Amino acid sequence: MAVSTGRAPAAGESARGRSRRHDSPGRLRRALSAHWYAWAMIAPVVVVMLVLIGWPLARGVYLSLTDATEANMGRTIGVNVIPSTYEFVGLDNYLQILTSSLFWDKVLWTVTWTAVCVGLHYGIGLGLAVMLNRKLRLRSVYRVLLILPWAVPAFVAAFIWRYLYNSDYGVINGFLEIAGLSGVGWLDDPVTAKIAVIAVNVWIGVPFMMVAMLGGLQSIPAELYEAAEVDGASPWQRFKAITLPGLRQVSTTVVLLGTIWTFNMFPIIFLVTRGGPGSETEILVTYAFREAFTGIRNYSGSAAWGVIILAMLVVLATGYRRTLRNQGGPW
Amino acid sequence: MRRLLAASAVAALTLTATACGGGGGEAAAPTASVTDPSKITGELTWWDTTRPDSEGPTFQALIKEFEAQYPGIKVKYVNVPSDQAQNQFQTAAQAGTGAPDVIRSEVAWTPQFASLGYLQPLDGTRAVDDESDFLPGPLSSTQYSGKTYAVPQVTDTLALIYNKRLLKEAGHDEPPRTIAELKQAALDVKDKTDADGLALNVDSYFLLPFMYGEGGDLLDVQSKKIVVNSPANVKAVETVADLINSGAAPKPATTDSYANAMTALKEGKAAMIYNGPWALSEIYQGKEFKDKANLGIAPVPAGSVKAGAPTGGWNLAIYAGSKNIPAAYEFVRFMTTAKAQAKIAKEISLLPTRTSAYADPDVQGNPDVAVFKPIMDTAVPRPWIPEGGQLFQPLLEGYQSLVGGQATPADMLKKVDEQYHGIMKDWS
Repeated sequence: MAVSTGRAPAAGESARGRSRRHDSPGRLRRALSAHWYAWAMIAPVVVVMLVLIGWPLARGVYLSLTDATEANMGRTIGVNVIPSTYEFVGLDNYLQILTSSLFWDKVLWTVTWTAVCVGLHYGIGLGLAVMLNRKLRLRSVYRVLLILPWAVPAFVAAFIWRYLYNSDYGVINGFLEIAGLSGVGWLDDPVTAKIAVIAVNVWIGVPFMMVAMLGGLQSIPAELYEAAEVDGASPWQRFKAITLPGLRQVSTTVVLLGTIWTFNMFPIIFLVTRGGPGSETEILVTYAFREAFTGIRNYSGSAAWGVIILAMLVVLATGYRRTLRNQGGPW
Repeated sequence: MRRLLAASAVAALTLTATACGGGGGEAAAPTASVTDPSKITGELTWWDTTRPDSEGPTFQALIKEFEAQYPGIKVKYVNVPSDQAQNQFQTAAQAGTGAPDVIRSEVAWTPQFASLGYLQPLDGTRAVDDESDFLPGPLSSTQYSGKTYAVPQVTDTLALIYNKRLLKEAGHDEPPRTIAELKQAALDVKDKTDADGLALNVDSYFLLPFMYGEGGDLLDVQSKKIVVNSPANVKAVETVADLINSGAAPKPATTDSYANAMTALKEGKAAMIYNGPWALSEIYQGKEFKDKANLGIAPVPAGSVKAGAPTGGWNLAIYAGSKNIPAAYEFVRFMTTAKAQAKIAKEISLLPTRTSAYADPDVQGNPDVAVFKPIMDTAVPRPWIPEGGQLFQPLLEGYQSLVGGQATPADMLKKVDEQYHGIMKDWS
């Protein structure tokens, strides 16, 4: 969501940037008359964006400032008339969330989860990409096999893993018992459950990183490596001086995307552990979902959670962009 | 010209005819005194929540009978998994589109849906027939602030379900009656056979028999008090912890807990579980129970105060926004007759909610129902309040942390108590 909302202002920005160059009065009118067809072309997109993204977003922000729940939102169903009794409460919901220890627990775990997952995705993805970028037998077979986890729908993968982890009848514990070890209650202990969900997410996320890196590697001219070899550079030096800088553009983009995806990776947590044991593996989005969809739905509370999550990602993405721009990156 | 006249005459005739048909049903609705209900027309959608393979066919057969009796009404059968139906109904009912006309609503959902205005009040309508015939426990779950919002369809409770062969090998001919006997029997099974004693299911609902057994409860509805953190409940949770620590019950899985406990019983890896009549058709598919006689059903073992298990079950409720309310009344009435309930009890062992249905020879001929009936009489009604469904998650999280060894019984209940106060702010 943060990605797509980013697009509309970006388009507006560049248009504004262009009009800023005409420094005479009435530049808006002139820009309009000169580029009216361009405006007409993007108008449908802008309208669709406003309807699909702008309106729900505005409504969500508004609800987060009220005390609306399923019980006090007015509606008429057949003979039953329920009056609207929810009120504007300002920032109460936000204060309540931000002052609860639960929120900070979840933030800590979500950040850990995101950092560990993205780190492993990137590291393993890069390693596999470098390995597969040289000529070796059955290369295409390896590539297909390594992409497979990505092709499996997330919910199918989650259920398979859940079965593998089952403490009494799971395959992993089956192997442990054959090896003479006692089984582990993988999803029953907070620490192992966290390791377990991270493992599943790494398994699912590595192929994307690998494919992206492989694309990046193939765009690095082979002459650079040849020249470095002639100069007597060691493989490690070549990797550091050619491969990493050459992958910079791809890396920055996929790491940002990976961070946003992992931060909001709902299905894995929800389907593998259901947030358990207790609510130990629950990340911010799954908690917001639970807030919204159990019992009498708390619209205002869950909207506030949603806005906070969105704000965190916007801050992260902006900070990331700024750092990269300062380092002369492509952004 | 003549042909045109004839055509318009025919059209006018059909128009008046359909108008009569439609008008007849609708006009009759508010007064609820239809001269001939079989003339009602309309199409109904019914969300069923039973297991589609083992229980669904019985309900579909009942729908066929209903459609034969009411030729004007067509019923669209939709099977929605029981763990999703509540959420999906709330979404659809709130949005005003996609909600079914009739929903099979769990007893705890009914007051919640009613409080949110989603259900049609049924007092004095044809949906409710001979209200005094219903068992008081299930009937109480259909009431919300003095009105009736649903009709009880089936009822259930928990019992001790056991493998007779394993208990016998361990030297117990009779099922345990108290928690102390349960522990002893489980330890004997563990020592003398290659199976475990008791397979626990880490779920709030399955913790209730232990609490009721010590005289505890979650809420005191009369005085609007949250009583989950009581000495009786602490004792109950300590009992459960002791069952696990002593080895009477192996440390249960907290993920897929229900399925693992069921598999353990079905495969003969555990001798006893707590479960309800809905599980029987699945248990009989297990290899240990090819011979149905090997399955024993007994009341849940008593704690220091009494033996008690929660009242569960399902009601039929009508969506207030339904376009075919008169037809829905007839459908609900038909599905909750003693005859329909007897058929359900006979075929899939679900317990009737009508006293008169238990007199039916078909019902009396089903040994599972015969065993469950006396257990049902001691079942404890749960607090039927809109927030009832929200009470389970905090208790589940507490139970999981207890089993995982992160909380003592006292800590666990203290935390649950705090969370309950967050859910029900005006309770003390």
